Amino acid sequence: MTVFTPEVGAGVQPLRIDPISRTTLALFAGASGDHNPIHIDLDVAKSAGLDDVFAHGMLSMAYLGRLLTDLVPQQQLRSYKVRFASITPVHGQPTCTGTVTSIDEVGGERLATVELKVALADGTVTLLGDAVIALD
Amino acid sequence: MSLDRSVIGREFPAVSLLITRSRLQNFAKATGQHDPVYLDPDAAKQAGHRDLPVPPTFVFGIELEAPNPFAFLEDLDVDLRTVLHGEQQFDYHRMAYAGDELTAASRITDIYEKKGGLLEFIVRETTVTNQDGARVAVMRGVTVVQNRPGKDAS
Repeated sequence: MTVFTPEVGAGVQPLRIDPISRTTLALFAGASGDHNPIHIDLDVAKSAGLDDVFAHGMLSMAYLGRLLTDLVPQQQLRSYKVRFASITPVHGQPTCTGTVTSIDEVGGERLATVELKVALADGTVTLLGDAVIALD
Repeated sequence: MSLDRSVIGREFPAVSLLITRSRLQNFAKATGQHDPVYLDPDAAKQAGHRDLPVPPTFVFGIELEAPNPFAFLEDLDVDLRTVLHGEQQFDYHRMAYAGDELTAASRITDIYEKKGGLLEFIVRETTVTNQDGARVAVMRGVTVVQNRPGKDAS
């Protein structure tokens, strides 16, 4: 694993995801425990006035989590939060990005704050958030 | 319609989940995770973990193991089809691994509205502990209820 040596303003390696299939939504429903049918059952989605199912917000948050654990071992993660800005339609193609915005010394730990974003191929921003990572 | 504010402070029965390797491997597969640390117990051990690590957002699902995880929304007369996930936060205290039994205990900490009540927000805070009672993570989630104009006007 490469050592994360952040600089304020520097981007981290983006994580590009393949278009989200219906199979992925079904697998994520089972593995995450979120069986809300709005994500996996077209009949339920239509009964709610939608054209189609849409992806779990927590699926995109899990993708962003991969970006973070690609960056540092998970035990260095102190906090992680997002706001869900738009829904992700089935077949949406998310790209996860992050930028280091600050490095602070707190309670004897050096902490980097990474601003996080997920956007679809058409530019729609679906998640915005940040994570705090301990550096040593 | 307006959600019953008296539920602020309500606590939910705690829910426990024994974390299995197969469940974590399924989660890795569903999220496209290729890092062997999350798939192969030997790779996890080589990286210094005692078993497959529970990934950063997995603990969100513990409470979804309850017999009817959406019962509290039904109690509030919320149609599940009108609900969106607004925000989610995790504060991490220690790692958890396959073989651990994790317990999630939640309470509703706030309810507020925007756009003249068209959107209502339910804030829920959850503490996740392991089999030793040690704190693994604290979560804060915001559920958005989309009310239709004119519906249930009262």
